[in-house]
Amino acid sequence: MNKKPHKLPDGKGHFGPYGGRFVPETLMPALIELEHAYGKYKKDADFLKELKSLQRDFIGRPTPLYFARNLTEHVGGARIYLKREDLCHTGAHKINNALAQALLARKMGKTRVIAETGAGQHGVATATGAALTGLECEIYMGSEDIRRQALNVFRMRLLGAKVTEVSIGSKTLKDAINEALRDWTTNVRNTHYVMGTVFGPHPYPAMVRDFQSIIGAEARRQILKAEQRLPDCLIACVGGGSNSIGLFHAFLRDNIKMTGVEAGGHGIRTGMHAARFAGGSLGIFQGCKSYLLQDRDGNVLGTHSVSAGLDYASVGPEHCYLRDIGKVRYTYATDREALKAFELLSRTEGIIPALESAHAIAEAVKTASKMSRKSIIIVNLSGRGDKDVQEVAGIKGIDL
Amino acid sequence: MSRIEQVFEDLRKTGGKALIPYIMAGDPSLEATKKFVADLEKSGADIIEIGVPFSDPLADGPTIQRAAERSLQQGTTLKKVLGLVREIRQSCRIPLILMTYFNPVFKLGVKRFIREAVRSGVDGVIIPDLIPEEAGELTGIAGRYGLDTVFLLAPTSTKERIRRVAGVSTGFIYYVSITGITGSKLSMDKAMKDTLDSVKRVSGKPVAVGFGISNPEEASRVARLADGVIIGSAIVKIIAEGRDIKRFVKSIRKAVQGRG
Repeated sequence: MNKKPHKLPDGKGHFGPYGGRFVPETLMPALIELEHAYGKYKKDADFLKELKSLQRDFIGRPTPLYFARNLTEHVGGARIYLKREDLCHTGAHKINNALAQALLARKMGKTRVIAETGAGQHGVATATGAALTGLECEIYMGSEDIRRQALNVFRMRLLGAKVTEVSIGSKTLKDAINEALRDWTTNVRNTHYVMGTVFGPHPYPAMVRDFQSIIGAEARRQILKAEQRLPDCLIACVGGGSNSIGLFHAFLRDNIKMTGVEAGGHGIRTGMHAARFAGGSLGIFQGCKSYLLQDRDGNVLGTHSVSAGLDYASVGPEHCYLRDIGKVRYTYATDREALKAFELLSRTEGIIPALESAHAIAEAVKTASKMSRKSIIIVNLSGRGDKDVQEVAGIKGIDL
Repeated sequence: MSRIEQVFEDLRKTGGKALIPYIMAGDPSLEATKKFVADLEKSGADIIEIGVPFSDPLADGPTIQRAAERSLQQGTTLKKVLGLVREIRQSCRIPLILMTYFNPVFKLGVKRFIREAVRSGVDGVIIPDLIPEEAGELTGIAGRYGLDTVFLLAPTSTKERIRRVAGVSTGFIYYVSITGITGSKLSMDKAMKDTLDSVKRVSGKPVAVGFGISNPEEASRVARLADGVIIGSAIVKIIAEGRDIKRFVKSIRKAVQGRG
């Protein structure tokens, strides 16, 4: 086992046995070009200066690390801090990555960006980055998701993006990714694919992680200032896994407990969930080797979660590795637990979390109650819940 | 020399070009696939590609995606396709190639897949989402069992990629005529001729061209540049419409000179 998990992946994009590149040959030159460009610009002073200034003035970074006093008192255990990614421009951590990739695409001389989106958060973030950098933008979205997230579809169109409906397969996120990859295969010469999470072929898992690791870097400084010590535990939800890696990465060399929370849906036994570690096995899907929800013949299974952002059949390869070496523990929260946490945080703190982030809150409540009052937990509040209000009202039988 | 290599060698001697049709196994049923393979052989195919359905075929256009969906609904699996090849092999004399995404192979186990494929009478395998860098285990074992592993090149491929793919591809090299997915519109230009020439020169291996060839006229033009012509979506579409594939394949055969 590698003693320096923060140094991975290796030159071919492997995190131990995970990751790599499983794509049509047509895309290989583009991936190699991207790898070289990213390798160059991540050390380029001008690029970093521009990114830093936009992180501050456009995204609104650093985001606060907020001590959730009311929630802490309600639970009666560890002190719970929230990393407020919900306060980022466009309402979630997704913009950290999308904006950086849009800048990189422009540096690479690309004139067009494409992206997939499930709930629409990454689509909105990419459309925002494209509007800012003056790039043409097309977003692929499953017809089922388009129906569920009409508001975000309109937001993307307002931002000047073309939203293309994907009506094949399960008509959700995974099909949108297939379609975006097909577009990229066709228009690879002038187009950059803005992958929204730490998934897909190398260099995406490493690059997206790096662009998101500002979350943990800030949180580390902020907690040291607030408490003069490091936290005991970090908690974040895991869909593809970008907000969680973003929080965890700056702490990988510290001896801290970390927990990733997957979507338990209606429960593992029902088969209606997106808990890849609890219910999946090793497989190859959409560009990399990782844990995958699949049948015994290797076809990808449908998933379910109340939160569209966690509703995905596979998980970032670095997470598999961090799990193997015992650095991160993975668990899940069910729809019901997430909905309860959604309401709890809204009432105790006046913060309506994204349903994705509510999974992390649910786990934090469980964990904090078993810890001493001197302990410290940081939860990544990856996004705000405005987008979910209609969905939650529907579940509660309220007609808005 | 493998059976696939032998086909290209025989054709080379007579100046002919290989006709390589593709069909999706299990669309609309495995029984039908058996009949289609016989039809294709009778209509002049030199090699047949049999597609294995996968839930997420990211290199394929809508025609083959929908065929895969129909096939999966029929309960087609990689194991069943291997069983089908074993039956087909009783009467079919031309090489058979499986085209499958990597996950079904990985799930079955690479070694087990190769052993059972060879035992069933499969001559080669094409895996569109497997690049040489990730194919070490597959090519190593396939080499020992005598199963050809056909890799792909594309118009975007650099000299360095051509060299790498040429180094591991056996049987022939599959040149993707377009930057795109199966069934896209074909565009033949000087750039294609130049890349093809470069692939042939660097690799010294037969090169067959696929993706986007949909009629005898296009097939004939591609045949002038390449050693083989692969036709997939056009045939899959005819099957989906319930029409007869023999007439279409014969018209392509007429346009592409065979073994004379």
